[in-house]
Amino acid sequence: MASQENPASRRLQSVKHIIIVLSGKGGVGKSSVSTQLALNLYASSPTSKVGILDVDLTGPSIPRMLGVDGHSVHQSSDGWVPVFADGSEARLACMSVGFLLKNKGDSVVWRGPKKNGMIRQFLGDVRWGELDYLVIDTPPGTSDEHLSLIEHLAPVQSKLSAIIVTTPQAVALTDAMKCLSFTQAVNLPVLGLIENMSGYVCPCCGEVSNVFSTGGGEAMAQREQLTFLGSLPVDTELVTLLDAATAPSEVPPGSLPEEGPRSNFTLLRRYKATSSAKLFEGILQKALASLNCS
Amino acid sequence: MLAVQSAADVPNPLSVPSNAPEHCPGTESELAGKAAACEGCANQEICASDKPKGPDPSLPFIKQRMEFVKRKILVLSGKGGVGKSTFTAQLGWAFAADDTTQTGIMDVDICGPSIPTIFGIASEQVHSSSSGWSPVYVQDNLGVMSVGFMLPTAKDAVMWRGPKKNGLISQFLKDVDWGDLDYLVIDTPPGTSDEHLSIVQFLKESGIDGAVLVTTPQEVALQDVHREIDFCRKVGIRILGLVENMSGFVCPSCKNESQIFKPTTGGAKRLAEETGVELLGAIPLDPRIGKSADYGVSFLDEYPDSPATTAYLNIIDRIKQVLDD
Repeated sequence: MASQENPASRRLQSVKHIIIVLSGKGGVGKSSVSTQLALNLYASSPTSKVGILDVDLTGPSIPRMLGVDGHSVHQSSDGWVPVFADGSEARLACMSVGFLLKNKGDSVVWRGPKKNGMIRQFLGDVRWGELDYLVIDTPPGTSDEHLSLIEHLAPVQSKLSAIIVTTPQAVALTDAMKCLSFTQAVNLPVLGLIENMSGYVCPCCGEVSNVFSTGGGEAMAQREQLTFLGSLPVDTELVTLLDAATAPSEVPPGSLPEEGPRSNFTLLRRYKATSSAKLFEGILQKALASLNCS
Repeated sequence: MLAVQSAADVPNPLSVPSNAPEHCPGTESELAGKAAACEGCANQEICASDKPKGPDPSLPFIKQRMEFVKRKILVLSGKGGVGKSTFTAQLGWAFAADDTTQTGIMDVDICGPSIPTIFGIASEQVHSSSSGWSPVYVQDNLGVMSVGFMLPTAKDAVMWRGPKKNGLISQFLKDVDWGDLDYLVIDTPPGTSDEHLSIVQFLKESGIDGAVLVTTPQEVALQDVHREIDFCRKVGIRILGLVENMSGFVCPSCKNESQIFKPTTGGAKRLAEETGVELLGAIPLDPRIGKSADYGVSFLDEYPDSPATTAYLNIIDRIKQVLDD
């Protein structure tokens, strides 16, 4: 039975790949992994166009992480214009409910049907344009937002894939297993699993402590025959960067060396200097290999 | 609330029923049952008629059960993974350390129920009797209810939309035979959505004694917790205070404390000051907390000498004080 076309599928016709970042468990680093994935895909070629959609409607973290907190979204005759995190180059488009809130501290207290409506709009009413990749950051759980995404994206199912993020401990792995069951129930191919917060390096003595255990994610990937994309330790520099990332306009001119003729994407430059960035390169290679196989 | 919403009044979130369509104007609005959005809604006739709107039929049963519960405490965050469930468990164990009290833990995180694992009772099942569902007892005076006990296997996903989740929460409140409780601690999922609204609606008459909000020091967490504070104020829940979890890490090798999650914007202290909420305390990150949770043992009992244990106990004492005020 062929899926009917809908506004989302029409809008996303010009998007090549849609990668959904899931976990089941809260606080394992979905948003930071989504941000890193988007930045790495963006940097993978000088012309790649990447979009990042934040469907965590009650806890939107992506605007802050990309340094575009407080920006607002404009309506055009052809839909909402996303916020471009890379300034004038306009190759990294972002959409989040965070941009629609009048005050940052306002809570979004919505039940399922209204969340479903918002997600429908984010997929069908935003001028994403031509994208090589659309990364979708999700909230924890396997509920309304996730079901709505799969429902609205049904006509473009062949473009969908998922990455599961977990931390090493048992409580997180239990939820990650539920998340894996969800992907199997809705026929969503999984590119692989990332084990986040796997170890912490003490800045004083260099001793590696397993603050949230270690190895659980890799063991789960093996057991469930998933590709293990890699593990990332807790990176304090990355946490600080994603927390307080300043918008390109806020950085005083001349304070950072220019890398290339059109490089004014400070966040990307500062990200590349973190230890996570180097590890993520390997993760991205494996993810893309998985993507090309599926 | 939303900059791009239409000019229609924003309905009180508590007046939007769980099976309402997307643009429900709210049951208390003048447009109730008559707005364009009401077409096809199961409640349309009732809202549009002049008959007085009946209350949710489960409310009197919930009220009856809750009459035997002295104090109801919510553990909220907004942000995921900050330690709500872990904190709820330690709070439960600390209350239950007093043999003369009865404590109940209700886990309304339907998609990711961690409470059974943290208490070491993940493989238990719920039994039903004529007086209702029996909670699973960790010890004689500490009972637990969670959807985790009702799943065929741990890896089964609970892929339910809001209305079905709300139905289960209603059952947890009216069908579980808690008996007489001194404390009922309710662990919630992250966010400000169906589960949170339902708990508030169902317990409106019985009353919620207060909420403890848990955060970690970074700004991305504080932003979500700020929204949760806003939610509590919108729906009229008393905030007992804010707890900063994972606040510093003591290296087991060199014993120096380092900031694993830097409070780049002032941490929970700044948020507490900004919002006029009391900062109950800060708990450092001890890797043995996570391990204890994984093995289902009480961290406070196993490691009484840890600075994290001292922090937990001080915070819990303060909560008891504030509750008695």
